[in-house]
Amino acid sequence: MSTIINRQAVVVLVLLALAAIVIPAMNLAAAPGSVFHLSDHLVPLFGKYLCFALLALSVDLVWGFCGILSLGHGAFFALGGYAMGMYLMRQVGSRGVYADPVLPDFMVFLNWKELPWFWEGFNHFPYALLMILAVPGALAFVFGWFAFRSRVTGVYLSIMTQAMTFALMLAFFRNDMGFGGNNGLTDFKDILGFSVQAKSTRIALFVLSVAALAAGYVLCRWVVSSKLGKVVVAIRDAESRTRFLGYHVEQYKLVVFTLSAMLAGVAGALYVPQVGIINPGEFAPANSIEAVIWVAVGGRGTLAGAILGALVVNAGKTWFTGAVPEYWLFALGGLFVLVTLFMPTGILGAADKVWKRLRSRPEDTRGELASQAAE
Amino acid sequence: MAALILNFWAHRMISFRNALRALLGPLVVVGALSSAHAGPYDDALIKLTTDNYADTDAGVAALVESGNPRAEAIIEALRAGTLLYGDGKLAIRGPAGVAVDATTATPLVASDAGSLKPVRVNNRVRRAVEAALGSMTLLSPDQRRRLDAAAAVLRSRDAAALPSLDKALAQEKVERVKIAMLEARAAIILNQPDSSPGDRLAAVATLGNLGNQNALALLANLPAGASPELTAAARQASETIAANLALWNAAQNVWYGISLGSVLLLAAIGLAITFGTMGVINMAHGEMVMIGAYTTFMVQEVIRNHAPGLFGASLFIALPLAFLIAGAIGIAIERLVIRFLYGRPLETLLATWGLSLILQQGVRTMFGPSNREVGTPEWMSGALQLGGLSLTYNRIAIVIFAFAVFATLLLVLRYTSLGLYMRAVTQNRRMAGSVGIRTSRIDALAFGLGSGVAGIAGVALSQIDNVSPNLGQSYIIDSFMVVVFGGVGNLWGTLVGAMTLGVANKLLEPFAGAVLGKILLLVAIILFIQRRPRGLFALKGRAAEA
Repeated sequence: MSTIINRQAVVVLVLLALAAIVIPAMNLAAAPGSVFHLSDHLVPLFGKYLCFALLALSVDLVWGFCGILSLGHGAFFALGGYAMGMYLMRQVGSRGVYADPVLPDFMVFLNWKELPWFWEGFNHFPYALLMILAVPGALAFVFGWFAFRSRVTGVYLSIMTQAMTFALMLAFFRNDMGFGGNNGLTDFKDILGFSVQAKSTRIALFVLSVAALAAGYVLCRWVVSSKLGKVVVAIRDAESRTRFLGYHVEQYKLVVFTLSAMLAGVAGALYVPQVGIINPGEFAPANSIEAVIWVAVGGRGTLAGAILGALVVNAGKTWFTGAVPEYWLFALGGLFVLVTLFMPTGILGAADKVWKRLRSRPEDTRGELASQAAE
Repeated sequence: MAALILNFWAHRMISFRNALRALLGPLVVVGALSSAHAGPYDDALIKLTTDNYADTDAGVAALVESGNPRAEAIIEALRAGTLLYGDGKLAIRGPAGVAVDATTATPLVASDAGSLKPVRVNNRVRRAVEAALGSMTLLSPDQRRRLDAAAAVLRSRDAAALPSLDKALAQEKVERVKIAMLEARAAIILNQPDSSPGDRLAAVATLGNLGNQNALALLANLPAGASPELTAAARQASETIAANLALWNAAQNVWYGISLGSVLLLAAIGLAITFGTMGVINMAHGEMVMIGAYTTFMVQEVIRNHAPGLFGASLFIALPLAFLIAGAIGIAIERLVIRFLYGRPLETLLATWGLSLILQQGVRTMFGPSNREVGTPEWMSGALQLGGLSLTYNRIAIVIFAFAVFATLLLVLRYTSLGLYMRAVTQNRRMAGSVGIRTSRIDALAFGLGSGVAGIAGVALSQIDNVSPNLGQSYIIDSFMVVVFGGVGNLWGTLVGAMTLGVANKLLEPFAGAVLGKILLLVAIILFIQRRPRGLFALKGRAAEA
């Protein structure tokens, strides 16, 4: 157990627990107008950051530990989001604009007479939960099974994952796919009987996001400190050698890739009720690449770095797009270039180096630090 | 005061022109008068002055019959509402308000012009006028006007036009106009209640031979009460036409595919060079294309403002400029960023993505987020009709251009020392270094070459796509697919990849729709890459495993 919950993990979990207590408290208990008060719109915003952090965590698991640079994790995120969105749409019931008890508004608008088969069951929350895990997982499994078996690696794999999310984006933009086309799914009313607009629901969703992130983090820690994790790191550093040692490299990759996709799906599912919409834009290749840069900024192969990077970059994005929107892309682009050139190990890696120099004592890092060589 | 003088001179000019017409006009009229038509022509003119719709209608018909050279101008004036009458005379109001005598085209004195009133028309007269103009312009020396006239007759299906149509057909030489006239004639006969069954069958046969969309529509809309044999003949003709059209349609789709393939080839070929030599995925490649397109825009701006006469040559000026600008930016990127990331292809991918964001936003800041207007030179507009195919000149130009670029690059790689070094580095970087090739310099030059080619691709794409900061992004994934599909072994892979994807895309479109077709293609490539992880034309040997 102590290998899973190391010092870094303790710090992360304590900070997350603090966030789960402090942010709701600042929103609920502190009087409006006081410096400690957190206005209502910030709670779902922070919740959104946490979902992104969970997505970053899933990217770090495959990229930082297995060396698979996926440029398509946004697709798994969005699929999880759509599964949740479909549940939320079914909950709207007859309160939609067209007041159809079964069909969501956009289907009535498109003159559909009955619910498509793949929408069946989404009125049950457990079924939706299952789909949130199963759909991204199944896609990752099928894609990975094909890709890893025929040894598509490196940039080829990255480009194929990008093509995958691009193809899904085009598909979801189509109206006759049955997922709301351009507009996606929105105008949600309630989740498990609670209004999604209500303050208490938003706080509950925030706390749930913290819990999901903490659980995801512990899960990833467990994976990387298990024997599986050791083999996966070996694959990252020397794939052919690992194969020659007798390990079924494809199977290890497939397990990690599928698990990571499921984590991304959970992140998407928590994201949707907090922002109130899911549309095909979430599949855009740019989104997936942005998730990769969060990991790079925080420090790949550190897990905690992925969370940190997602929070820092997204806070920066919120600030930039509010204050100087036209400079955000310059900043983001510059971040990509500078981090890859000057901070290959990210914030945590750089901090670690400084820490080591100060302490001048070798730290036990157990392969968590990003290796310079990506191959 | 000045305006008055100007006005005076304007009038003088017009009256000078009118005087010239006055000199020539009577000559023509006299010629006409001396022919046998003199009587009907004058009668027709008198009918137009009676201010009676039925008379006007009959007058128009008579005027057409007369075949007088002035008839067209008079009927044209009637349509435009500038035909005036009074005192048994006809006049036409000119653009400057000066009326000329309708029969002689001589200017009228002001006192005469004062008492004139416009000839009134109703719907019936208007129809007659349209049909009359249609049948009359069938004989016009201007090809375009004859074509328009044939189309007008086809629309009106007025049996009165039949004689002039036959006359026009007998002397028509231009194929396109002849087809239009034949269509019109068949349409009239088919819709004429009193035409003989034999004529109708002949008309159906004519339409069957024409074999175009119009003919198909005419055959589909046979008037009620057609005899069974006519219907059968029409059905048979329709089937033949439909089969014929399907064939042309497929050919047209293949052409669209080749055209799309050329666009993909242009966009991907530079990418193939950089990816091939350096194993580097340049995510900013699309932005090089965009920079090329914006270079074209700037060149055209300068030409518009300073030397409008050069507009036809604007693309030729833009080509070398785009190559240099995009190439220079490419070399700068290589020297400043990519050089430090060798051996780390995934990091390079991220860094170049960042660069692409910066370049996009830079262009957006400089030129604004909206589309910029890039003009098409005169010589590139229009279309070539080849049987049932319609090939627009700008697409033809792009196809030729893409192949020219491809051939040039092939020659550069084959016969120049830079090409030799680049191939050596592609095949085995370390070995190339060992025999004295300065691989890092070759990298920079290869990157510059690839970016420069992207720049000239941008010049070509500016002719068929919107020039906006997002131009590059829309091509980048397709270009990757081409490179991944074709492999990086040599440029032929890129050609085959681009053309296959282009044609497959356009052939899928009619069945699956544009978006679904594209998705199917992406899925097909994802599956294909399982079979051949390094593409169609993969490098073989030890170096390929590196």
